[in-house]
Amino acid sequence: MLLIRCPYCEEERPELEFRNAGEAHIARSTNIAGESDDDFEKFFFIRANPKGVIYERWRHIHGCARFFNAVRDTVTDKFIMTYKAGEPKPAKLPGAAK
Amino acid sequence: MSAAFRISGAGRLSQAKTASFSFDDKSYSGIEGDTLASALLANGVHLVGRSFKYHRPRGFLSAGAEEPNALVQVVRDDARKTPNVRATVQELYDGLTANSQNRWPSLAFDVGAVNDIASPLFSAGFYYKTFMWPKWAWKDLYEPKIRAAAGLGVSPEKPDPDHYASRYTHCEVLVLGGGAAGIAAALAAAETGVRVILADEQAEFGGSLRFESGAKIDGQDGYAWAQGAIARLKAMDNVRVLSRTTAFGYYAQNFVGLVERVSDHLRSPGRELARERLWQIRANRVVIATGAIERHMVFANNDRPGVMLASAARTYLNHYGVAVGRNVGVYTANDSAYAAAIDLKKAGVNVAAIVDLRDNPSGPVIDEARALGIEINFGRAVVSAGGKLRVSSMTVQPKNGGGERTIPVDAILMSAGWTPSVHLFSQSRGKVAFNDETRRFVPGTYAQDCVSVGACNGTDGLDATIDEAYAAGAKAAKEAGGKVGKGAKPKVDAGESWSRGMLGAGPGAGPGTTVKAFVDFQNDVTAKDIRQAVHEGMHSIEHVKRFTTNGMATDQGKTSNMHGLAIAAEELGKPIPQVGLTTFRAPYTPVTFGSIVGHARGALFDPTRRTATHGWAASQGAVFEDVGHWKRAWYFPKAGEDMHKAVDRECVTVRKVGGLFDASTLGKIEVVGPDAAKFMELLYTNPWEKLEAGRCRYGIMLREDGFIYDDGVVGRLAPDRFHVTTTTGGAPRVMNHMEDYLQTEFPHLNVWLTSITEQWAVIAVQGPKSRDIIAPLVEGIDMSDEGMPHMSVREGRICGVPTRLFRMSFTGERGFEVNVPADYGEAVWEALWAEGQKHGATAYGTEAMHVLRAEKGYIIVGQDTDGTVTPNDAGLDWAVGKKKTDFVGIRGLTRSDLVAKGRKQLVGLKTKDPKVVLEEGAQIVADPKQPIPMKMIGHVTSSYWSENCGRSIALALVAGGRNRMGETLYVPMPNGTIEVEVIGMVFVDEKGERLNG
Repeated sequence: MLLIRCPYCEEERPELEFRNAGEAHIARSTNIAGESDDDFEKFFFIRANPKGVIYERWRHIHGCARFFNAVRDTVTDKFIMTYKAGEPKPAKLPGAAK
Repeated sequence: MSAAFRISGAGRLSQAKTASFSFDDKSYSGIEGDTLASALLANGVHLVGRSFKYHRPRGFLSAGAEEPNALVQVVRDDARKTPNVRATVQELYDGLTANSQNRWPSLAFDVGAVNDIASPLFSAGFYYKTFMWPKWAWKDLYEPKIRAAAGLGVSPEKPDPDHYASRYTHCEVLVLGGGAAGIAAALAAAETGVRVILADEQAEFGGSLRFESGAKIDGQDGYAWAQGAIARLKAMDNVRVLSRTTAFGYYAQNFVGLVERVSDHLRSPGRELARERLWQIRANRVVIATGAIERHMVFANNDRPGVMLASAARTYLNHYGVAVGRNVGVYTANDSAYAAAIDLKKAGVNVAAIVDLRDNPSGPVIDEARALGIEINFGRAVVSAGGKLRVSSMTVQPKNGGGERTIPVDAILMSAGWTPSVHLFSQSRGKVAFNDETRRFVPGTYAQDCVSVGACNGTDGLDATIDEAYAAGAKAAKEAGGKVGKGAKPKVDAGESWSRGMLGAGPGAGPGTTVKAFVDFQNDVTAKDIRQAVHEGMHSIEHVKRFTTNGMATDQGKTSNMHGLAIAAEELGKPIPQVGLTTFRAPYTPVTFGSIVGHARGALFDPTRRTATHGWAASQGAVFEDVGHWKRAWYFPKAGEDMHKAVDRECVTVRKVGGLFDASTLGKIEVVGPDAAKFMELLYTNPWEKLEAGRCRYGIMLREDGFIYDDGVVGRLAPDRFHVTTTTGGAPRVMNHMEDYLQTEFPHLNVWLTSITEQWAVIAVQGPKSRDIIAPLVEGIDMSDEGMPHMSVREGRICGVPTRLFRMSFTGERGFEVNVPADYGEAVWEALWAEGQKHGATAYGTEAMHVLRAEKGYIIVGQDTDGTVTPNDAGLDWAVGKKKTDFVGIRGLTRSDLVAKGRKQLVGLKTKDPKVVLEEGAQIVADPKQPIPMKMIGHVTSSYWSENCGRSIALALVAGGRNRMGETLYVPMPNGTIEVEVIGMVFVDEKGERLNG
C-alpha cells in the first residue's frame, strides 16, 4: 500500500484514504458548448497514459475530501510530489529520475 | 518405545514428550517439537506423496519451506482439511492426522503412475500441443478430465470455521529472517532503542544454526547462542519477536505482508485463538536476512524417496535427532555435503561413499571426512538412483564417462551449492546482479530503503555474515532516527563457510539424454524438458518457464529456478545473465485465503446500512432486499401471501387508498451558498435560477459525455439553499462528482456541499388519501392544493419535530415525502402508520414502488438507463434547459453519435398475451424468422405484472423506438418467441390527473 502526502493535510497517509481521479491539468473550456469536435475529443477522450512520469489527480476522500494533484512515476509507482488543485504544473521535479 | 530412526543423544527434542499421529490411517509416534516430516522419518517413512504429472513416488527433499515433494493433507475435521501442507513445515501435535495426496487406490500402488510409463507423451508443452482441437473439446472434454486427474488434495466440505486475525503496525527496523544474520541485525538495531520487529518462518529461531554443528558464537554452540539472543530481544520493550511468521510479500514504501501461523501447531487451539494472523507492517528500514536455499543435483531418478538435500539430512539429525537412513551415499559439488556426511558418520550412520563432481578439492571438511574413514570419490558423478518407492542404490561413474559402479544405499544426500534467497529483495523491485565468479544472483540495485545481509546477499562465512548484519542493523536504526547502541557485536569463535557448486544437469543427464533427471520436482519438469523447450523456440527464460511450467508450482522454483536457467543458457549457448532470471512475485510461500480475508466475511464482509424503520418493518414480517449496502423492505407479505400476491395488494391499495414507503435510502445533498443556484445550473441540465423558493423540480445530471448520470427531485428551500435528492446507489458518486466540479472546475463559486442522506429519514405517503393521513400530524404548513401544490416543499413540524415536507410523487398519485431527523424516523412512521390504518392504507416495499413507477413510465437511472442513454433517448428532452449556455454534458449532447438517427429510445411494450411477463434484459428483434445470429434492436429494461392494469407492462430501449409506435416486435426466448407491441411509456393515468386526485 502506497503512502501519499496530502498537500492540504500536510502529511503522508495510507493509500486507502485516497481515490485516484485521472490525469491532471486537463482544463474544461469556459466555452465548452462552442468547442470543436477535435478539441472536445482531446478534452474528454484523449489521455497521455505515459510510461514514466504522470501528472494526475487524487482525492483525499476518506480524509479532508480535497482534490489535489500528484506527480507519480508509473513504472516505480513512486510519488515524486503532490500539490494543491489549481496550482500550475511544477516546472522542476524534486528528486525525479532524469 | 523410541522410533527406529531416532538416535539417542542426537537432536534437541525432549524424548519424554511423545505425540502420536497418523499418516494414511497408520498410527505412529513422534516427539513434541517434531515436524510431520521429522516424525515420519524417525519411523523410517520416506514415501509420502505422488508427483503432480507422472504420479512418481516422492519423499522429502528438504527440511523447510522450500519443500516441493512432501505435500500432504492435514485433516482436523470435515471443515478443516488443509491440502498441500508441506510436511517439512507442519509441526507435530498429539493426534495429528495426515493423508497423502494424488494417489489412487493407495500411495504404494497408484494407478495414475501409468503417466510415468507413458511420459514420452507428456513432455514439455504437451497440453498446448495436444488439446488444441477440436476447439469445442477443451471446455467440455479435455479441461474437466485434466482437472480430475491432476488435482492435488481435496477441499473441505464445509465453510472454514476458524477465524483469522489481522494487525497493522509500524516500526523503525523490520528484520526478515531469524538466522544468525537476522538476529545480529536485530540486536544491533534494538540496542539503539528504536522499534524493531524480527520475524522468522520457523517455530524456533536460528536458521541454519539449527544444523550447522560447527558454529560457535560468544563461546556457545551457535543454536544455543541464537536462543539466548532471542530471549534478550524478547525482554526488550522496543522489540517484537515473531516466530512462525513468514514475510510473504514486499510491497511499495517498505510495506511488508507477513502471516503468523498462530495455532496450526496446537492439538486443540480453542476458539479464542485465531488460526493465523496477517501482519501488515510499514517499516522505516527493512533488513532482509532470508538466507540461502540448497540446490539438489540433477541426475536420473533424483526424485526417488530417500534422495534429499544434504542440509536437510543434517537438520533432521542435529535438530530432530533423526537419521534419514542407515547407509547413506553423498553426491556433491561443494563442501557443505561433507559436513552432513561427517555429522551422520559421527552419529553412527554408515556413509557408503561421498561422490564429488569436483576433480581435486581440498579443505578441512574433506580432510575430516577422510580421517573418519569415509570413502571419497573425486571427479565422479552419480548418474542414476536405483529403487522405486525408496532409493536402494546409486550408480557412480567417472564424470567424463567410463565404468559404472553401483553402491547400495538407503538415502542419497546431495548438494549442488546454495542459492541466495533474493525473493523478498526482488519483490521490493530491486534488481539482482549475476556474480560471474560465484555464479549466483545477488542483490544489485536497490529500489527501496532496505538492505540484504548474510547468505541472501551472497556473503559466505559466519564471521563475515555477523559483521555485515550487525553493521547493517546499526546503520538502519541510525538512519531511522536511533541513537548509537551500547551493545557488543557477537563474536564468532567458529563457523562454517562454503560457496560455489554447480548449476544445471550433472553427467548422465546432459544434452542428448532422455533420463528423468528432475529440475522442478513439484511440476515434474526434467532437464530434457527444458532443452526441448529451447529446441522448440522458447529463447527467453520467461517462455521456457511457461512452456515447461518450471518454477511455476507453489514452491515457486526455490530449488529449481537456477538449474532450469543454467540448462536453458547452456542449450542457447549464452551466458546466464543474458538469458535472465524470472521475476519473483508474492507470495513467497502459499498464503491462505483466510488470512487475507481476516474478519471480513459473512456479516462482516461489508457494512450493512439500515433505515430508521427497519425494526418496524422487520416486526411486520417484511422481506428485505439488498440495495448497495442498504437493507430495504422489499414487500410486506400478509399471512398466506406469496410475493406476487403481496405486491399486487400493495400496488392496488396505494392507488385506491394510500401507502407508506420508506424512501430514506435516497441520497440527499444540501447545496448551500450565494452561488448555489449557479452551481445547480452547471451540474444539472435543468434551469434553476428561476425556480422559486418552496418549489421542486425533477433534475437530470449528465456526465461530460452527455449521458444520464443521475436524477432526482430537487427542492429549493431558500434562494441560497437546495435540498437535492439522488438515486440510492448514486449518492456517493454524485457527491464526488459535485465536489470534483466545485473544487477543480468551478472553485470561484461560493457553495458548500453537505451529504445529508443519513440525517433525514424519508417517509413517502402516496395515494388519494395521503393528505388525509398526514394533515392531522402537521403543524405550521398549509396543506391545501393552493397552499402546497404538486412539486412544492415546505418546512414545518410533524408530530412536534421539524420536517421538510415535499409534495411530490413517484407513483403518479397525490403524494408527499416526509423528511424528519433520522432519530425521529421510526416514531413519525408509527404515527403516520396509525393514521394510515384509519383509512386502510398499506405499507409497501421496493417491489411495489418499482411497479407503481413503471405504470407511470418513470425511469430508474441504472435500470432503464445504462450509461449510454441521453435525456432525449429517455424521452426527457423537456428537462434540458434549451437556453442554457453551459452545464456539464452540454457539449457531449451535440456529439454526432448522440444526435444521430436510429438511437435506442425508451418506449413501453405490451405483450400480445397480457398474462406473459417479459424477462428484464431480454433482447428484441424486428423479424423472428431471420437466421441466427439475429439483429438485436433493443432490450427490455423493466417488466412487471401490473395488477392495476390487469396485465403485464414493460419498458424497453428500442432502436428508433418512438417512430415504431404500434409496431409489432419480437422477443425470442428459449421457450418460444413472444410478440410485443410498441406503445408509449405511461400505462396509468396518461393525463396525470391523479397527482391532484
